Amino acid sequence: MTIKDTFEETYAALSANMTRSSLTILGIVIGIASVIALVSIGEGATASIQTSIQSIGSNLLEITPGAARSPGGFGVSAGRGSAQTLTQADSDAISTQVTNVSGVADEISGRYQVTGAGTNTNTTVDGVSASYAPIRNVAVSDGTFITDAESTELSKVAVLGPTAVNDLIATGTEPVGQIIRINGQQFTVVGVTVAKGGSGFSNPDDMIYIPVGTMALYLAGNSFLTTIDVQAASANSTTQVQNDITTLLLTRHNISNPTSADFSVLNQADILASASAITSTLTYLLGAIAGISLLVGGIGIMNMMLTTVTERTREIGLRKAIGAKKSDISRQFLVEAITLTVIGGIIGIMIGVGISLVVNATGLVTTTITADPILLAFGVSAAIGIIFGWYPASRAASLNPIEALRYE
Amino acid sequence: MIEVKNITKSYGSGDTAFQALKGISFTINDGEFVAIMGPSGSGKSTTMHILGCLDTPTTGEYLLDDKDVSKLSDEELADIRKDKIGFVFQSFNLLPRTTVLRNVMLPLIYAGVDEVERERRAKEALAAAGMTETHFLHKSNELSGGQIQRVAIARALVNNPSLILADEPTGNLDTMTGEIVLGTFQRLNEQHGRTIVLITHEPDIAEHAKRIIHIRDGAILSDTKHQQRIVHHHENI
Repeated sequence: MTIKDTFEETYAALSANMTRSSLTILGIVIGIASVIALVSIGEGATASIQTSIQSIGSNLLEITPGAARSPGGFGVSAGRGSAQTLTQADSDAISTQVTNVSGVADEISGRYQVTGAGTNTNTTVDGVSASYAPIRNVAVSDGTFITDAESTELSKVAVLGPTAVNDLIATGTEPVGQIIRINGQQFTVVGVTVAKGGSGFSNPDDMIYIPVGTMALYLAGNSFLTTIDVQAASANSTTQVQNDITTLLLTRHNISNPTSADFSVLNQADILASASAITSTLTYLLGAIAGISLLVGGIGIMNMMLTTVTERTREIGLRKAIGAKKSDISRQFLVEAITLTVIGGIIGIMIGVGISLVVNATGLVTTTITADPILLAFGVSAAIGIIFGWYPASRAASLNPIEALRYE
Repeated sequence: MIEVKNITKSYGSGDTAFQALKGISFTINDGEFVAIMGPSGSGKSTTMHILGCLDTPTTGEYLLDDKDVSKLSDEELADIRKDKIGFVFQSFNLLPRTTVLRNVMLPLIYAGVDEVERERRAKEALAAAGMTETHFLHKSNELSGGQIQRVAIARALVNNPSLILADEPTGNLDTMTGEIVLGTFQRLNEQHGRTIVLITHEPDIAEHAKRIIHIRDGAILSDTKHQQRIVHHHENI
């Protein structure tokens, strides 16, 4: 029996009971479509979380001061980051003594009341060095960023984030050249940053950047740094840079026990890894839920095929009487089952991709369609056809022709 | 040529064992038209199953064209059925919702005959069984009972078998249509030299054959040739 004949027989058998075939296919369609749609949502979530983490800068390490403690072993802690332990000298030591460091930026930040032309807001003011922009992926859309010269000259200049511009500058006014007051002191706007979009707990668009020297002198009142941002040369060197910085700062701060360090080093790769772990668990969870519906669809196939075998017992007897072998009969029923699942698989893939695109277009959730779940879904649907079709097919093939012909 | 030598068939074992055939022997030469007749429970169906290679005897030999087919496996029996035997059953002869032509081609599909040859032979067999070309593309469920049996006869002819085995072929037909179908068998026997074995429980159906083997209680009661048989030669109805 040729392949063409097998498919002709399959077509005749399946089209003879169109309603039942369609409903069985529908079970597989729903299973496959949900696998693809849900996995694409999971993958999309993973991708968008990774992008937003990477938008704060690549291969980034953040050094923040430890907690301020009152004297004594069980002293009251004022919380991490409250201590004044990081200095300009620490920052310089990192950039000169640690290998594989491609950039170091100093930060002193605080929240202040800021007033513009007839408006005011309370926002984060970040005193930064010029190297902050490349390290933290901050781009300027209008004007220029803070320069090191402005920091040395203690210039009262400010770069505003887009949200801060909305809050402080009248609509339609060119922000560059405007005067704002931070904590009562006049600053000239020299630039506006490109919007990054809100992500995480702090909004990088609602920021005002000023030179770090100016911040230390006029606003903070001291020169202790609140953050040192370090960019490692490559993703592979972040761990080495992290370890070297810890060793260097422990030596500089005369601390022998690493557990009582007065600073902490946060590695962006660690954040990324833990976020990825969470989102891939989410993807697996969604995939598993969809997988269950696929399994139910597969059982639907088996159910239909078993019904078909029973209904067509006399036909099987007749076919055997006129010379069909066991292999002919089992192949026929197996091909019927596989055809159902493969048709269901193809329709399911199209619907799944469609749902994913529609969800993406609504803007609620970003979806990412990757080849893996599509190939997997297709493979699974063919496998379901083989697995769930095998039992009915072998039952049909092993029917005794005499009994099959007598079957009422 | 068919040679059946002292065939027995038992079902079950021990105390519940039932012997359906108690040692029957006969020879059917090529070109014969034989009726195997007996009431239900006589062993005629068991005989038919063994002759049709649907089943094997418990003891004894069955030579089909000088080949002993009494000890073959299921798969080997399927091959014999495909090449040497044509079946016409009482009912459910045709695949439902399938054209007449495809039904007749089915044995050739399993035999792996190519499409052009398969169609040519199916049309030839349909013509021999008295079907007109206008019906070739009709679905099997659009045919009358008599037409269905003639398509079944065409299918039984199409693989050029050594033996056509008809199991109560007129059982579901009215007398008039039954006569036409029996006439078709007679014509195939006389004009085409086909070997036909007709299984029936009705004496007046058996009368259409040239030879009647009468079976009762698993043994042959009589085996007679007779010339005074009923003859029909309806060509096209």
